Formats: sequence, structure tokens, C-alpha cells
Amino acid sequence: MMEEIVYQRSKYLRPMLTYYCAGCQHGIVSKILVELAEEMNIVNNLAICYGIGCYVAGTMNLDLDMFPALHGRACAVATGFKRMRPNQLVITYQGDGDCASIGLGDTLQAAARGENFTTIMVNNQNYGCTGGQLAPTTPIGMVTNTSPYGRSVEAQGYPIRMAELVANLDGCRYAARGALTTPAQIRQAKKYVRRALELQQQGHGYTFVELLSACPSTYKVPFDKVKAFQEEHVYPVFPTGVFKEE
Amino acid sequence: MGRIVVDRSVCKGCGYCIQFCPKHVLHMGEQRNTSGYGNHCPDMLEGTECVACATCAIVCPDSAITVYR
Ligand SMILES: Cc1ncc(C[n+]2csc(CCOP(=O)(O)OP(=O)(O)O)c2C)c(N)n1
Repeated sequence: MMEEIVYQRSKYLRPMLTYYCAGCQHGIVSKILVELAEEMNIVNNLAICYGIGCYVAGTMNLDLDMFPALHGRACAVATGFKRMRPNQLVITYQGDGDCASIGLGDTLQAAARGENFTTIMVNNQNYGCTGGQLAPTTPIGMVTNTSPYGRSVEAQGYPIRMAELVANLDGCRYAARGALTTPAQIRQAKKYVRRALELQQQGHGYTFVELLSACPSTYKVPFDKVKAFQEEHVYPVFPTGVFKEE
Repeated sequence: MGRIVVDRSVCKGCGYCIQFCPKHVLHMGEQRNTSGYGNHCPDMLEGTECVACATCAIVCPDSAITVYR
């Protein structure tokens, strides 16, 4: 009997070690992107604009067309790119520090203008790249390197829920939030990204997908406790689902 | 009957595959990865049956797993 391959690494992921920490789920986002590019047959028609964060070094193993933007400016750069090449599919790949903090203005303005591209915001609840500081998306009570006693409302205020915020804007046509820990969540997250890209192909306007990713290095929990940690701290603050589709 | 092969040069030993395997086929093996992280790599347990559902490969952040049937 011949053995058949059920699942193998996509050929658009270069055969190299990624620079992410062990257990980081940015790698799953890369995987979702290359698999969708292959399945939707858009490899030659896809441009990814990435901001600044852990994924800058990490995306080096993606064999797709990519270009960088300054920290937080991915939506602004992608706007220019998309307007010059309206037939090309454009994704901005941003972290929560990039998209919801320094780039909050750019993101919301692009959504309000209804620019026809897709933003993927990978929400790992901290600034991973610079060493695990508090981000606008850190849930109340979560310990980071700059909130050693846990985020408190008096000192740091409340976290921002980006998917709901963007969904409020008229220019936004699709806003969803997925997670990346369990197999079911990963399959669902992939569906969200696929839907966003399909709407972009139809020229519907701004589409936004937020993906909750684990950062075991900042959580400071062992890998088998990551799921429990997220259930306790992350999912109550960030419900998953589709918030807008039109 | 399925079988998995772990690419030890990209595996970082996070063990998500072990945690989410519905058939509890995997465990931390003896061999260490060659990627410099020094962790052990997952391996198949004797006497268990892999059904080649590819769940381990889907949750692997480093795309280190190939699944055969
Ligand atoms: C203009 C500017 N300000 C600050 C920095 C420093 N910096 C680099 S990455 C980063 C945080 C990125 O965090 P996030 O977007 O959440 O991505 P993650 O690393 O968590 O994936 C910061 C503040 C920078 N590179 N440029």
C-alpha cells in the first residue's frame, strides 16, 4: 500500500527556522496566509505590507511578495499601494502595538475612508518585539514587564477592543476576531481571513481581522498552560466572532 | 494507520501537538531538536494508533510536521 501525504509544509514557507520564540503563534498566522494564498490561487496577486514587531524577522520565511512600512504606518502605506494597483490584493500584517497604539490613527482613518484592503492584526496582548511591555490591548490584571502588579484601571486604563471599534465605522465592511490556540479556533480563524479576502476581491471596502495569539514568553507560563491562561485572562475580554459583515 | 515525521531542524519543542492530539499518540521523545533551542522533539508513542487527522500539523506554529497515511 502506498503512503499518501495528508499534510505537509507549504512550499511558500521557506525551509528555515523562524525567529519566533517557541510557542509563539505568529507562525500559525504565516501558515494561514500561505495556505490561503495557495488555495485561493492568489500567490502572484497578493502583496503584504507589514508593520514593525516580532513578525518583521519572522515573515522572512514567507515566500510571498511583501514590503515593510514604518512602525504603525502599514495602513497608510497600503492605502497608497492599493490606490495605484487596485487589482492587486493587499493585506496589512500588524501587531497590536503597531495597529492599536502607534498606528491607531492610521488604522481608523483607513477604515473610515473605506480603503479596499484587509488588515490582519495579531493581538498578543503585549509589545513582544521590544521585550513584553504593556500594550493598549493588555487585559486588566495581566502582568507584563511594565505592569509588574498587573494592569490596573487607575494607572493604565482599559484595553481597546479593536475589532468592535473598527466595526463601528461605516467604511468598514467586515470585522471579525479569531483565536489561534485550539485546532477548531485555527480553522475558524482561517475562514475569517478567507472571507475578508473574498470581500476585498469583490471590492467591498475595508476588512479587518483580529487574531488572538499567545505569547508564552511574556505570559511566563509553560506551554501546556497557555490555553488555560488565555481562557482565564484573554477570552473574557476579547470575545471571538464576526462583528460586522455587509 | 497514520504516521508523522517531525522536522527537527525547525521544531522548537513547544509541545502544542502533544497537547491537542485527539488520540494521545504523541509524547516528548528522546531526541532533541537541532534548531538550537535544545528542547526535546515530539515522537509517536508505542502501541497507539495515529488516524492521520493532521491536528498536530495544524497547531504546529513552526510547520514542522508532515503527516502520512
Ligand atoms: C517609530 C517607532 N517607535 C518605536 C519603535 C520600537 N518598537 C519596535 S517593535 C515595537 C512594538 C511592536 O509590538 P506589536 O506591534 O504588538 O508586535 P509584536 O512584537 O507584539 O508581535 C516597538 C514599540 C519603532 N521601531 N519605531
